[in-house]
Amino acid sequence: MRVMAQMAMVMNLDKCIGCHTCSVTCKQAWTNRSGTEYVWFNNVETRPGQGYPRRYEDQEKWRGGWTLNRRGRLTLKGGGRLRKLLTIFANPKLPSLDDYYEPWTYDYDTLTNAPLQEHTPVARPKSLISGKDMKISWSANWDDDLGGSPGLEERDVVLGRVAEKVKLEFEKTFMFYLPRICEHCLNPSCAASCPSGAIYKRTEDGIVLVDQDRCRGWRMCITGCPYKKVYFNHRTGKAEKCTFCFPRVEVGLPTVCSETCVGRLRYIGLMLYDADKVLEAASTPDEKALYEAQLEVFLDPHDPVVIAAAEREGIPRDWIEAAQRSPVHALINTYRLALPLHPEYRTMPMVWYIPPLSPVVDVVRDTGHDAEDTGNLFAAIEALRIPVDYLAQLFTAGDPAPVDAVLRRLAAMRSYMRDINLGREPDEGIPAKVGMTGEQMYDMYRLLALAKYDERYVIPPAHAEQAHKLEELATECSLNYEGGPGMGGWGPFGESSGGASPIAVENFHMLRERQTADRSADPSDRRARINLLNWDGKGRPAGLFPPRRDEPGGPDDASPGGDPPAGAGTAETEPRP
Amino acid sequence: MISVLAARVQGAAATAPHGGGQADVLDVLLWVALPYVAIAVFVIGHYWRYRYDKFGWTTRSSQLYEKRLLRIGSPLFHFGILIVLLGHVGGLVIPDTWTEAAGISEHAYHVAAVTLGTAAGFCTLTGLAILIYRRRTVGPVFSATTRNDKLMYAVLTLVIVLGLAATVAANLAGGGYDYRETVSPWFRSVFMLRPDPDLMADVPILFQLHALSAMLLFCIWPFTRLVHMLTAPVGYLTRPYIVYHSRDERLGARAPRRGWERLP
Repeated sequence: MRVMAQMAMVMNLDKCIGCHTCSVTCKQAWTNRSGTEYVWFNNVETRPGQGYPRRYEDQEKWRGGWTLNRRGRLTLKGGGRLRKLLTIFANPKLPSLDDYYEPWTYDYDTLTNAPLQEHTPVARPKSLISGKDMKISWSANWDDDLGGSPGLEERDVVLGRVAEKVKLEFEKTFMFYLPRICEHCLNPSCAASCPSGAIYKRTEDGIVLVDQDRCRGWRMCITGCPYKKVYFNHRTGKAEKCTFCFPRVEVGLPTVCSETCVGRLRYIGLMLYDADKVLEAASTPDEKALYEAQLEVFLDPHDPVVIAAAEREGIPRDWIEAAQRSPVHALINTYRLALPLHPEYRTMPMVWYIPPLSPVVDVVRDTGHDAEDTGNLFAAIEALRIPVDYLAQLFTAGDPAPVDAVLRRLAAMRSYMRDINLGREPDEGIPAKVGMTGEQMYDMYRLLALAKYDERYVIPPAHAEQAHKLEELATECSLNYEGGPGMGGWGPFGESSGGASPIAVENFHMLRERQTADRSADPSDRRARINLLNWDGKGRPAGLFPPRRDEPGGPDDASPGGDPPAGAGTAETEPRP
Repeated sequence: MISVLAARVQGAAATAPHGGGQADVLDVLLWVALPYVAIAVFVIGHYWRYRYDKFGWTTRSSQLYEKRLLRIGSPLFHFGILIVLLGHVGGLVIPDTWTEAAGISEHAYHVAAVTLGTAAGFCTLTGLAILIYRRRTVGPVFSATTRNDKLMYAVLTLVIVLGLAATVAANLAGGGYDYRETVSPWFRSVFMLRPDPDLMADVPILFQLHALSAMLLFCIWPFTRLVHMLTAPVGYLTRPYIVYHSRDERLGARAPRRGWERLP
């Protein structure tokens, strides 16, 4: 037994209202930079829907994750090492920007600087890739709230697998939201696909990170990840991915997406697992048995044998205690409520989901029945095969039994707690129907409904003797002279050279520059480069718009001697009357 | 080493067979001094870049912007240039006595080298042409092209065109040119620290220009995106799939950086 600790997350999908606060705050914290405009470490998908990037779950097309070869051994679905090296010059399975979307900003400047005219000036969308006018046709959540509507439903990969039943019961349409971050898998196929070995799993907490100094931009990780949660920064030429907000987690704070979650649906905690069993579990022949196999990998943090083994492996005592109090462990192992996303990819994902009961509840309520009665709910779970089959395709490789069991437990809790809330005698028969006691059910209810901040996030801090290096401190950077990489400039070879300055530092300088500058920012200066989120409409940044035909380099042309933008046409930016 | 070198240079200049000292000084400059400058810049430049600019050490792939042309051009160029590289290793490093000892006649070697080399050379050049066309015409790719890239493309194209031209011209003009009697011994002499500029003095001008442009390329190499070649991920074939790293070294596991030593 080789005990390792893994920082893991559980999301309760019943509580997600699809507000995208997690996505926005994550973007502000991590990918509010040029080159990462299209990068969403956290995104919220409407289900049924295509997801982001479009149809990423179609592994017959994208070849992400692992598969079993003819001899039953685990291999990368995208091909082995030699194949990776032979296709390194042009990765045939790399999603293009069309599969994500072309990022854009708006020509806000026109709104304030347009001359007096009959019609109100408009801010036209400008591509952040080519700088030209563009027609917006897709984005990271373009099909938001359109779940299952005609024209979109056939493009959902998961729905395709349950399609026949859907055609029969399509009027009982349903919808829910699925927030996604990197899964920080126990068996990460992105790391296995990286030719340089730049993607690594941290031994202490299992967070999967990209070493920006070792990444050479071979792009194989993007293909390797079946969740398409590794992105390519097209400015620096390096892969970037969700970091599980490691600078925050190291000091005991939850990730930004969890911290800002309006529905408080995220739980963070430690899982102890046996690293020696991971490969065997991931090689389980039957896809539907992968969920159970992954449960077998987890260790019981209360077991004295496990505790002794963990201590031998150098896991600190407070970490073991945190694993015992872990809400994630409770939801995954104790209550068996949480399920992994797409276990059939065989990466052993570590961000799990409590499937939503609400589609079922909604149907029961809409038909005029009591939606808090166990009998009605149980009957509905059985009758409404679409939600269950669909959820099973997402969470258990198509096996409806575990999803069914989870929904029954949630339904039972709903009925049981209603009696308590109304001051009636609780019916102990309800928890018994799902194999629980009343006390267990109440504890489960507490964790799902009432758990406070310190119960939802049980994050042991990293150890103080390492404190200096944990935060992105500028004191260790030898390049933080004015304009140097440490101060947000580039190294000696221009763009993308020099040290990777900490994101906090880059954002700080960018904001300061923008707030104190008396002219608009110049895109050739990284500290102040315009991107999707930070252009404030001041001036006409060079390179963002084509030059005006009538006044080349006119009075309001703020470009300080920069090159004219590439492929600049003579498109007129002034609105016609 | 420098004194030895200086002595060699003086010796070479002094024992020049055909008078006209000025041309010999030029020969020594081009075929003795320049190669060592190129090697020094190449090696020290890479060390320096790796030491101070690891973050900039990348392929800077533009596949995200455009992949249709890249899928043809990039493999064509890269596989072509890899074969060209192997050909250069075979032609420059391995002495002709060795191949003859292995039973390969000069004629057979020449035919194989010219056929394979020309084919690979044209693949490389076609690939490069596609890639440059793509870089110029695809807007986002052109926007992401730096001045550094443009210089690198110019020098790289020059080297490849000159090399291909030298081979083609020599073979069109007659039975080809046996560079293994002049260029190759000179190349090896540079690495054996006994540079012999006389070997290069009477080499056809295209071969000379090819060698000179290649030295220029080696001089700018460490400062361009070409550095990605030195980190070609061959280690991927042998390393374990999943890499684990510790969060950071425990205190005292590693000597602290200069200026960060703990006070006694």
